[in-house]
Amino acid sequence: MTSTGSTSVEVLDRPRLPAGRGPLSAAVLDQLAGRAASIDVGGAEPNGEDLQLALYLCYELHYRGFIGVDDDLEWDPALLSARAVMEARFLAALRADLPGGDDVDQAVADLLAEPIDGTGVSHHLSTEGTIEQLREYVALRSLYHRKEADPQAWVIPRLQGQAKAGLVTVENDEYGAGRGARMHSVLFADMMVELDLDPGYGAYVGHAPATVLAEINLMSLCGLRRRLRGAAVGQFAVIELSSSPASARLVKAAKRLRCGPATERFYAEHVVADAVHEQVLRRDVLAPLLALEPGLAADVVFGIQGSQVLGHRSADALLAGWHGSTASLRRPLPAGHRTPQ
Amino acid sequence: MIGGPARRVVLTREGPLLMEGPVEIVLDDGTIVCSDRPVVALCLCRRSHHYPFCDTSHRRRVRVSAEPTP
Repeated sequence: MTSTGSTSVEVLDRPRLPAGRGPLSAAVLDQLAGRAASIDVGGAEPNGEDLQLALYLCYELHYRGFIGVDDDLEWDPALLSARAVMEARFLAALRADLPGGDDVDQAVADLLAEPIDGTGVSHHLSTEGTIEQLREYVALRSLYHRKEADPQAWVIPRLQGQAKAGLVTVENDEYGAGRGARMHSVLFADMMVELDLDPGYGAYVGHAPATVLAEINLMSLCGLRRRLRGAAVGQFAVIELSSSPASARLVKAAKRLRCGPATERFYAEHVVADAVHEQVLRRDVLAPLLALEPGLAADVVFGIQGSQVLGHRSADALLAGWHGSTASLRRPLPAGHRTPQ
Repeated sequence: MIGGPARRVVLTREGPLLMEGPVEIVLDDGTIVCSDRPVVALCLCRRSHHYPFCDTSHRRRVRVSAEPTP
């Protein structure tokens, strides 16, 4: 294929290790720094800052790793063993909070019903949010969007036939269909630069609360565990089926706040792209997957419900911060040149 | 006669028409719109704000208060 991408020289972009948030994440950080640690998951809360950061650190080794961390630690038995205990605790707590079931059609129908009186983050930003709130939202979302489509790429070899082909069609679009400059993760970085944010991969890990880390951890967990391939597809369905209307509201926010072309472009691209992805996910991924492996229905529903519950939790925490009751980020963003609006 | 296999166009029940891209679409006023996506979803309900492309505006709209909370 002829490359039509940017000619600028790329630099290897890896995150720095963040600060620990408790004894468990501190022990994982010690292990990553080459100081052999005894990692005791102990009584760490499944949804707490300490466990979610520790889990995030373990998963990041399978993506790009960290500056100064030995690549071989990706398969370190002590980290893998601690990770398995953390995952079991996280999954058990999440399952206890979900209605469950195996009715995929109903779960999908619920995703496709568009609320008239929605009160989510995109509703707030489209009508009354400030530029600072949009910057906070983008900084937090960067933990996913700078690796957009990567967690789902792990599920490809676990699928076969039409479900694999359909999923790859969507992934190919997310990855810019051969054009590096059009990868959604790159469009997101362009938006971050426009909003005076650091576009570095994982640059805001230290700012992100456990609610945000948990969303990404569930994607990584299900992507890496073949047993949970149905849940990985279910999560992907939530992203693709709910993104289009939310992105339309964020285009409105970007215009209202005069963010600039890169911000409008990122969300406008998702309005039309995800209208297509919805159709492909339903017809060419979910339907053939469940025809081949009907026993995965409960896992697909788990992926859908789990992703929704974690998404609502982080949205509620963010909105609570904006309404003044708590801090939205663990530490404030440096003021951009755009502040105040 | 143009060769090659027949192009498949999929009609969905309540949403868009799906076809393989890239494609050029000639609008009623003669404007030509292009899409180079592998799959293109064309709006049939005419509610799209991104016409001729689907933007999911065909979706059923519900009151949140009537929805069971997950």
